[in-house]
Amino acid sequence: MMHVRRSPEEIAANRARYEEHQKKGLEFAPKTLPGPSPVPASAIAAAAIIHQETIPGGWYWSTKLLRGEAIRIDQGEGNSTVALVAWNAEDTSERINLVDTAKVQWTTALGKGRVIFSDMGRVMFSIIEDSSGAHDCLMGGSTAASNAAKYPGEKTRNTRDNLIIIAVKLGLDRRDIPGILNLFAPVRLAEAGGFGWQGKRSNSGDYVELRAEMDMLVGFSTCPHPLDPDPAYQPKPVVITRYKAAAPAADDLCRTATAEAVRGFENNTLMQA
Amino acid sequence: MSDFIQTSPARTIQNAVQDHFIPAEAPWSGVVRKGQTIRIEDSLGQQAIDTLFYRADDFSERYSNQDTMRMQGAAYIGIGTKIMSNEGNVMLTMTADSCGRHDTSAGACSCESNTVRFGHGTKYLHACRDNFVLEVSKHGMGKRDIVPNINFFMNVPIKPTGEMTIVDGISAPGDYVELVAEMDVLCVISNCPQINNPCNGFDPTPIRVLIWDGED
Ligand SMILES: [Zn+2]
Repeated sequence: MMHVRRSPEEIAANRARYEEHQKKGLEFAPKTLPGPSPVPASAIAAAAIIHQETIPGGWYWSTKLLRGEAIRIDQGEGNSTVALVAWNAEDTSERINLVDTAKVQWTTALGKGRVIFSDMGRVMFSIIEDSSGAHDCLMGGSTAASNAAKYPGEKTRNTRDNLIIIAVKLGLDRRDIPGILNLFAPVRLAEAGGFGWQGKRSNSGDYVELRAEMDMLVGFSTCPHPLDPDPAYQPKPVVITRYKAAAPAADDLCRTATAEAVRGFENNTLMQA
Repeated sequence: MSDFIQTSPARTIQNAVQDHFIPAEAPWSGVVRKGQTIRIEDSLGQQAIDTLFYRADDFSERYSNQDTMRMQGAAYIGIGTKIMSNEGNVMLTMTADSCGRHDTSAGACSCESNTVRFGHGTKYLHACRDNFVLEVSKHGMGKRDIVPNINFFMNVPIKPTGEMTIVDGISAPGDYVELVAEMDVLCVISNCPQINNPCNGFDPTPIRVLIWDGED
């Protein structure tokens, strides 16, 4: 077997550079990020509102979202997880990529000040407000099988089927469904690697605001998270408000908080020039 | 190359039906039939092996990292892990693992994500996504078919706070995983070329893939 090893000098130089990135990523950024947004949310100016949609519990909705617009996703009256997927509106082969989102930001914990990446190294969303700080990018959504096991004998709707419907109605298909971001799902990992639901069950009044950093198609499903501790299937409605966001300032939190976000936005600029 | 390790009386180097050497940084793909066992061997140690699976007769059914993690109730892959598809079916079951740490939450490296992680100067370095694009294109698939993958032998601890970082792999020369196929699957591998993080000890190395027929 022929294989030539890299030189110890090359390896040492790469390691030193990685450790510098790692130190910044793990130690610097968390200190610069704010805590959760205050509850209740402040009112959105009526003139800025483009559309408001109430999705019944267990249902789906999709919308076009243009760069510079934002969505407020509001729990309203209680506990609901909102599964979110997104595609670049101009090239749907570019889509939300949660493994890259976690990896490049050194964390699976997404909250105010973080951004959400596509598979092409570009920023899709800035998380400009977030009152819960409890989201799940690992576990995916419910399926017909997971609901049948959890709610035996009940007629329920599930996130997998909701997303298939969304994708197909947009002219896409099953192959286009990316990994799912579960908003309002306090999933945490124990040291041994097992998942748990570490948080309050009701998120009444909690909200997230995502600013679109490219033109997108965005899909939502409001079925209970597979780990939702409520033994009954009773998802609540979720209110989504699409509005014209304020233009980001030069010191915009999401665009400047981390070196990774800065470089991601540089990639956006190249596409949007 | 490391010595062959026999994990079953039926699995010898002589009776493997396929035996592939995959050079450092290269892609590979091949079909594993239901009942066959595939061994993926980290020949020289500390090499991340990015892997995807597709149902052989319907590529729209493919590996799903979220379904796999959800069905496990855990973030790491190990002996007994059922490798799940996006349609909720078991594609393969991991039957042997001499290493003990494999990732499926960090995805594959790409030229694009490298620019974000390590700076724009790393854009023109060969990356797993390019390997995957080349390899799946042989089977009529495209970029939209490339989904979050398994990283065999990659060590990505996730803390209860969510903090996540790629650290040195713990695989030794000759470490292997074995998976028995529960359906006919197309296996697509990118033998990761990444030299900007410790997933390969900053030194990508060759791997070996062996396939055996079922024992009964
Ligand atoms: Zn790679």
